[in-house]
Order: sequence, then structure tokens, then C-alpha cells
Amino acid sequence: MTAPAIENHKSKENQSSTRHALPIFSSDFMGDARRASVNEALHAATENACVKKDAGRRALLPRDFANPDGLRTLAGNIKAHTLDHLDFYVEQLEANILKNGGQVHFAATAEEANQLIVQIAQQNQCKLIVKSKSMVSEETELNRSLIDAGLTPIETDLGELIVQIANDHPSHIVMPVMHMRRKQIGEIFAKFFNVPFTDEPQALAEMARVYLRDTFNKADMGISGVNFAVAETGSIVICTNEGNGRMCTSRPRVHVALMGMEKIIPRFADLSVFLKLLARSASAATLTQYTNIITGPKRPGEFDGPDQFHLIIMDNGRSRILASDYRDTLRCIRCGACLNTCPVYRTVGGHAYGSVYPGPIGALLTPLFNGLEHHEHLPQATSLCGACYEACPVKINIPEMLVLMRRDLKSVGKLKFSQRVLFRLWTIALSSKMLYLLGQKFQKLTLRHAIHSDAGWIKKLPGPAKGWTQARDFPKPPAKTFRQLWQERKPRP
Amino acid sequence: MHVSLFVTCLTDLFSPQVGMDVVRVLEHFGCTVDFPADQTCCGQPQFNNGFLHEARPLAQRMIRVFDRSQFVVSPSGSCCAMFREHYPHLFKDDPQWENRALALAAKTYEFVEFLTKILKADLSTLKLPAPTTLTYHYNCHLRSLNQSPEICAALAGNLGNVTFIPLEKTEQCCGFGGTFASKYPDISGAIVRDKIEKAAKTGAEVLIVNDAGCAMNIGGACHRLGAAFRVKHIAELLTAAIDNAPGASGEVAT
Repeated sequence: MTAPAIENHKSKENQSSTRHALPIFSSDFMGDARRASVNEALHAATENACVKKDAGRRALLPRDFANPDGLRTLAGNIKAHTLDHLDFYVEQLEANILKNGGQVHFAATAEEANQLIVQIAQQNQCKLIVKSKSMVSEETELNRSLIDAGLTPIETDLGELIVQIANDHPSHIVMPVMHMRRKQIGEIFAKFFNVPFTDEPQALAEMARVYLRDTFNKADMGISGVNFAVAETGSIVICTNEGNGRMCTSRPRVHVALMGMEKIIPRFADLSVFLKLLARSASAATLTQYTNIITGPKRPGEFDGPDQFHLIIMDNGRSRILASDYRDTLRCIRCGACLNTCPVYRTVGGHAYGSVYPGPIGALLTPLFNGLEHHEHLPQATSLCGACYEACPVKINIPEMLVLMRRDLKSVGKLKFSQRVLFRLWTIALSSKMLYLLGQKFQKLTLRHAIHSDAGWIKKLPGPAKGWTQARDFPKPPAKTFRQLWQERKPRP
Repeated sequence: MHVSLFVTCLTDLFSPQVGMDVVRVLEHFGCTVDFPADQTCCGQPQFNNGFLHEARPLAQRMIRVFDRSQFVVSPSGSCCAMFREHYPHLFKDDPQWENRALALAAKTYEFVEFLTKILKADLSTLKLPAPTTLTYHYNCHLRSLNQSPEICAALAGNLGNVTFIPLEKTEQCCGFGGTFASKYPDISGAIVRDKIEKAAKTGAEVLIVNDAGCAMNIGGACHRLGAAFRVKHIAELLTAAIDNAPGASGEVAT
């Protein structure tokens, strides 16, 4: 089997003049959601994986810990503390990385981060780059920049490799090809590797393995993300399940790790809290298969490891979020538990969210990074059921912040005047018993005599309630309200 | 024990009998019940849509209405969560009102929670009039009230003449979400269809839903899709069981 080239794949999107902090893959939320909601194949794929992982997490945490809720509180508190003192910990992290023989670079924007990596590659005559899975590199569209600079990045996480070959986008933070069926992956591989079609998982994995082994051996630079950066020791921690992360960070001459600046934790001991929660929340496993703790490059006398270790600490809008009402979103450890448990994510899949971070946390992050005016639907298209908050290992109160963001719709001019008037009037009506009773009477009268109805149920409502009867019937109120029944009630003997 | 009923605006208009049944059950277990007639709506629609400023006067109004109550009990989980979780939050910047909101939160209970936690009601002798298969939808806001899905399921399952069949994904939202249901009918509709499918799959005759909003949504979808089960509040079942008890002609048990 000859190793095929991926170089010709360039991203189509986001080449317009205005660059957002996060790439926007689609701006048609309503259309995407509608199409996704009736896409049976997508639903089956998403539902199956999500429900399994979610159920696994629910079962595992109370099985393994006497007080899982307390553990989540602790993790949340450690993150909150770190964010409150981020300036201190960034400096501490930098000092310790340098002490360990690594190099630290700061990037204000995604573009800057990408350019730094291109420069490091060029300075060291690196051409072939192996990448382990990293959401933050999706955020910066790193592959596009590398390819534009004449470099060849190869994704080495199986899911990410499939995404890269298919010129697609991940639809889940942890399971990038959750939207694909096995057959589809078989077709993608058959075409790419120029082999007869098979959808046998083992055969597919073997194809990728042979290809990637060869690539690891030839690569001169490895790029990874960072799950946790320990300020106290200057270590970065990478959690993977396929071993590719270890290959990327030990085999090539140069290792570049890219992180959002919120990934810091203060002490090595804090890792024990987060490692307990990460794999259990992400994939219903007690620990990821590979947990790499990397503290600097190869030391004199050591056989393995890169000659150079670079850490890029990126802002890209994070300091703005840090100073806002939404600081807690920066606690996120990208486990994907909120996606797995979310009824909306399970229904529309990851791509409908239009950018790199889908699901409940994405519904917050995407507007925060890019501006609410570009993503007005994201905070609104949720039932506020709170499953995400319950699932979150660092206790980000996602529903509460979605409400805050709905409040902010006004200030970015994304709330219709008619809506504002409607809610004002509604509030006035609820502020007085007399008006409330009048409104109640009016509703009862109109609903009980609604056209398009049969006994007890209305088939079609007008105006803003149209959506209700698109999906289900609306009940007619009974002849008497509770108040009336209560008043008529004979006292019991 | 004296209970003030927080009936909620949806129950008031759309399921008045549920309100009456809640009263019936509470009285059966020895409570006296009053209905503060000045209550309107808790302001959840305002709050959920980000009209926090508008939600405040409505919250203040409800805090005043229930000022003198010993216990406040509501048949609807989400409205109850509004009192308990969100009212104190609305007044973060106003210590006086925050304290009053906290006082209301401390004495407010969801109906099942009140039965099990405060009244510690013994339902073991209660029996439905006819053999019935039940299943249970766990409404989302019970999460913030720390009521696990097992509590109401166990309560219903222990009634006589009941076969209880667990609902697959009982803890998944029904897709109601207030104005969300009308604003995003494609998403909301798909979620509620999933709920109907799962409930129909159990073969149960009755799906227990203890929230007026969820009940409208699931009931409406049930009717639209022609599903065979009915949606009922647990209070309706308990009332039927109480009325079924030998010698029960409405007297108050002691």
C-alpha cells in the first residue's frame, strides 16, 4: 500500500476577509436543524453513541466514588480558583516550562498561533507533521495554515484522520466522526487507500494503522493539544485512547503543544481530581488508555523524546470571556458529557451548531468567541432542561448562562421589538390579579372556541404559537378553571 | 400541617382537576390547604426568555402572596424550581429581597417531594380501582430540586393494582422548554416524538407526568400521533386510589 497524500485538501471556509475567532462552517442553524431532525441515519448514529456514553457516565461515577457530586464541586472550584488567578498561574507555568528546557510562546489570536507554528516548522526544516487530536487546533484551523505554508499535516487520531481525508469537520468534541456510519467510512477509505471496499472495523483500523506507522516514522514535527497544563511542574498532560498522542510527542524531532490559556491547573495533585473525571465523563472509562505527562524535551542521555518542546499559550478571545459574566465557561475540560446528554444535540447532531464546539457548551462558546449577533439561535434553541449542568464534571451552570445570553440578545439588536412589547404586556397582565383573571377568561374563551379543533384539542394555532401546532396539538382548557372549582368546592365534613 | 397551594397558571387553566386532586391527597394525609387567590404566574416565561428585569416584579409579587404560608406546595416541578432556584438568584443584588426569596425557597416543595420528604406519607395501603400499567416521565426541573427519577417511580410502583414499567431514557427532556416548543418546532417536535415512541414502547396505559408544561407537550403530541397511552399527574392516580379505599367517602384520615 502506498502512502497517499492529503496535501490537496484545503478548507473551503473562512477565507473571507473578516476572520472570526472561531471558524463558521454554516450560518443556517434553522435549516441545518430542520434537515438534521429528520435525518434518520444521523439520528441513529448520534443517539446510539450519545445514549451509551451518557448511561455509562451515569453508572460509573456513583459506582466508583462515594460522593461524585463533591468531586465535581472540587474540580469546578479548582478551575474557578485558577481562572481567578490566571495571571499568576500563566507566569508560573511559563517559568517552569523554561526551567524544564522547553520554550513558551504567547498567541493573542488564532492566526498568531498558526503563524508561530509555521515559523517553528520552517526554522527547523520540518515538512511532514503528525498531529494528535486537538480541538483548539480546529478552533485555529491550523491545518489550513500549515497547508498554505507548504507543510503536510496528518491527523493521527483515527476519527480525525477520517475527518481530514473526507475534508469534513468533527461533529463531536471527543468522537469526531460520530455522524458517520461504518459503511461511509469504508467508502472513504476504499477511495483514499485505493483498496477494495470493506466496512470491517478491524480491517479499517489496520489500514489506518499501517499508514500512520509509516507516517510517524517519517514525520519531523509533532503537534498536540493539551488536556491539562500543570503550573507547579511545567508539565503538560495529554489524554488519548489510541496511543497516537504518545507517538506524536515522542517520535518527531520537534514537539509543539497548542493550548487555550484556560487549560492550566495549579498543582500536580490536582491532576488526580481531573483524571478521575475526564475519562469517566467523556467515554465512560475509568481512565484514558494513554495518559502522557510531558515535562520538557529529551534530556541529555535520554533515548526518546523530541529535541525541542514548544508550548503555545493562546488567548483568541479568552481574556474577554474571562472578564465577562461567562467566566465559568472557561472551566470546560472538553469532555463532551454535555453533548452526550443533551436532547437537542442528540436531535440535530454537531454540525448544526455551525462551528467547532457543538452542544450545550458550544451554544455558549461560539457566541462568546464570535459575537452573539452571528449566532443568535444557539442560546435560544434549547429547552433549558439542565441535563448538561448535571453532567458537567466541572459544574458549569450552562442553563443559567444560556438565560443570561438570552438577556443579551437585546443589546445586540437580535430581539424583535414585537417580542419585547409582548413580554412587557404579558408581565403587566401577570402583575395584577384582575388583569390575570381577565387574560385567563380571554384565553379560555378563544381557545375553547378555536377553529381547526376537535373535542378537547386544537390542531392549528396562529401567530407565534404556530410552531406549537406544527409538531403537536394544543389542549383546550376545560370549562372551569381551578379557581372556579376551588370556589365552588363544598368544605369536607 | 398547613399547606398553601401554588397551583401554577398552566394547571389553573388547563388541568384544574390536577389542582383539585393535589388538594384531595394533601387533605387525605392530614393537611389543611388554602389557596391564596392573589397568585398569578411565577414569571418563568419571562425568566427563561432572558427578561430578568421583568421577572423581578412577578417574583416579588409571589413572594408577598406566600409570605405567611407555612408550606408552599406545587404540582409542577418547573414552577417549583422557579421559586426555589431562580428567585433567590434574581435578587443577588438586593439582600432584603434575596432573603425573602430564600425564605420562600426554603418552604416550597414539589408535590411528590412534599409527600415523601415532609409528610412521609404511607401509600402502601392505597390501591388503584382497576389493574393499570404505569410508566413515568422524569421532568427536567426535578433535577434542581434534587429529586431523583427513582422517587416517583417507586411511589407509583408501590401502589396496589399497578404494574410499573420503566421508561427508556426517562430522564431525557420531553422537548417542551416553554417558548422553545413554539420557536423551534422542528427540534422540539423531534424530541417529543422520541418521548412518545419510548412511552408507547412500554405498552403502559398511563404515562405519569408531574409538570403542567410537559403534560401539555406530551399530551398534545400523544393526541397528534395517535398514541394509545394517557398522560396523568400522580395526584390523579393517588386520588383515584384514595377514593377506592374501603369506606372512603371523602373523610379526612387522621
